[in-house]
Amino acid sequence: MLNIDSLEKGLVIDHIQAGKSMEIYRVLELDKLDCSVAIIKNARSKKTERKDIIKIEDRIDIDLDVLGFIDPHITVNIIDGGQIIEKKQMKLPERVTNVVKCKNPRCITSVEQELDQVFCLTNPEKAQYRCLYCEQEYARK
Amino acid sequence: MKKLISPLDLSTGEIDEIIALADRIMENPSAFAHKCDGKILATLFFEPSTRTRLSFEAAMLSLGGKVLGFSSANSSSAAKGESVADTVRTVECYADIIAMRHPKEGAATVAASKVECPLINAGDGGHQHPTQTLTDLLTIHREKGRLDNLTVGLCGDLKFGRTVHSLIRAMMRYQNIKFILVSPKELQVPDYIRDDLVNGGFDFEEVERLEDAIGAMDILYMTRVQRERFFNEEDYIRLRDSYILDAEKMTMAKSDMIVMHPLPRVNEISTEVDSDPRAAYFRQARCGKFVRMALIMKMLEVE
Ligand SMILES: [Zn+2]
Repeated sequence: MLNIDSLEKGLVIDHIQAGKSMEIYRVLELDKLDCSVAIIKNARSKKTERKDIIKIEDRIDIDLDVLGFIDPHITVNIIDGGQIIEKKQMKLPERVTNVVKCKNPRCITSVEQELDQVFCLTNPEKAQYRCLYCEQEYARK
Repeated sequence: MKKLISPLDLSTGEIDEIIALADRIMENPSAFAHKCDGKILATLFFEPSTRTRLSFEAAMLSLGGKVLGFSSANSSSAAKGESVADTVRTVECYADIIAMRHPKEGAATVAASKVECPLINAGDGGHQHPTQTLTDLLTIHREKGRLDNLTVGLCGDLKFGRTVHSLIRAMMRYQNIKFILVSPKELQVPDYIRDDLVNGGFDFEEVERLEDAIGAMDILYMTRVQRERFFNEEDYIRLRDSYILDAEKMTMAKSDMIVMHPLPRVNEISTEVDSDPRAAYFRQARCGKFVRMALIMKMLEVE
C-alpha cells in the first residue's frame, strides 16, 4: 500500500467514501494541476469498510470547502516537512457555488445560464441543500 | 423592508402593521389618495397575469402614483433575450418601486439582488406569490377578527397549489391553528409541508371528502383543481367533481364559517354559493388592492 510518509509536502484527502474519489478529482479540478496526484481506490480502513484516498504533492493551497458538501466524513491531512502539520475534519459548508447544478427545469438558472449555481445548507441534520433561487432541494444520488 | 420575495420575509409584526394600515385605507381611501404623488411603480410582467397586474396598478393609482411597465415577455426586451438582471437594472432608472412576475422560479430573487429600489415578487412560477398570501391574511383578519385560534380547511389541489402552501406556512406562525386538508390522495400536500406540520406539533388531519370535515372549519379555502395537473382526462373528470362546494355542503358548515378562494374559479364553487353571506371570495379580491396599497406605502416608507 502507498504510504503517507512518502509525501514531503502536500495534502492527503482521506476517508473518502469508496468510489467517490473521481468525483472529488473532477470537482477540485485536479487534472489542471501540474503536480503529482495519486488516487488510491478501495483502500482498507478501520472507520469504514473501504475508502478512497487522494494524495496531492507540493500543493496545500487548494480550496477544500466543497469537500464537506460531497462528504463531511472526509478528513484532510496537511503535510509539510514530512509531518502532518494539520488534520482537518470536513464539515457541511453553508453554501456552495458552481459545484452542482439545479435540476429544476422551472428554475430561473435553467434559462439564464450566466447565473451562479448557488446551493444553501437548509437542514444540517439531513445534509440538505436548496437552490438559492427556486429553493428546490438538491437530490444526492 | 426593501424586497419582498416570500411571505415569510415578513415578520408577524410587519404583517400586523400592513393589515392595520390596509384597514385604515379601507375605512377612508380618500385620505390616502395623494400618499404616493410623484412616485412611479413599474409592473414587469414577464408572463401575463391581468388580474394581479391590474391590482398592483390600481393600488398605485389609488395612492396618487403613476405606473409603467409591460404585461408579457413578448412586449418586453426579454423577448430579445435580455436577462432579468439587465431588465430590472434598466427599469430602476425610471421607477421608485418594482413589482415583477416571471414564469421561472427564483426570478425575483435574481432581480432583488441587482437593484437598490424596493421590489415585490408578484409571482415567480410555482414558487412564491407573497401579495396573494397577504391578501388572504388581511381577509381572514377582517372576516374573523383574528389570525389565531382558527380551524383552517384547505380543499382541492394541495399538491401543486402554491397559494395553499404559502398560506399554511404563514398560518403556522400563529397560536392554536388547526389544519384540515381536504384533497384526493393524488393531490395531497407535499412531504415537506407535512414534515413541517408534524415537526411543529400542529393539529392537522387529511381527509378525502369535503362533507366529512366542513362542519369543523372556521375557514374553508377552496382551490382549483387544474386540468393540466392530470395525466389523463379521465382522472381529471373523476376527481374534479369530488371537490365542488355547493349550497348543500354549505348547510353542514358553521354559521360563521367563511369561504375563501384566490380566484379565478372554474366550477369548484357553484355560483349558488355566491349569495351566501359566508362566501368571502369577492370581498377577498377587494382586499387585494388595499393590501397592495399598504405594502407599497410600507416599502416606499411613506407615512
Ligand atoms: Zn433552482
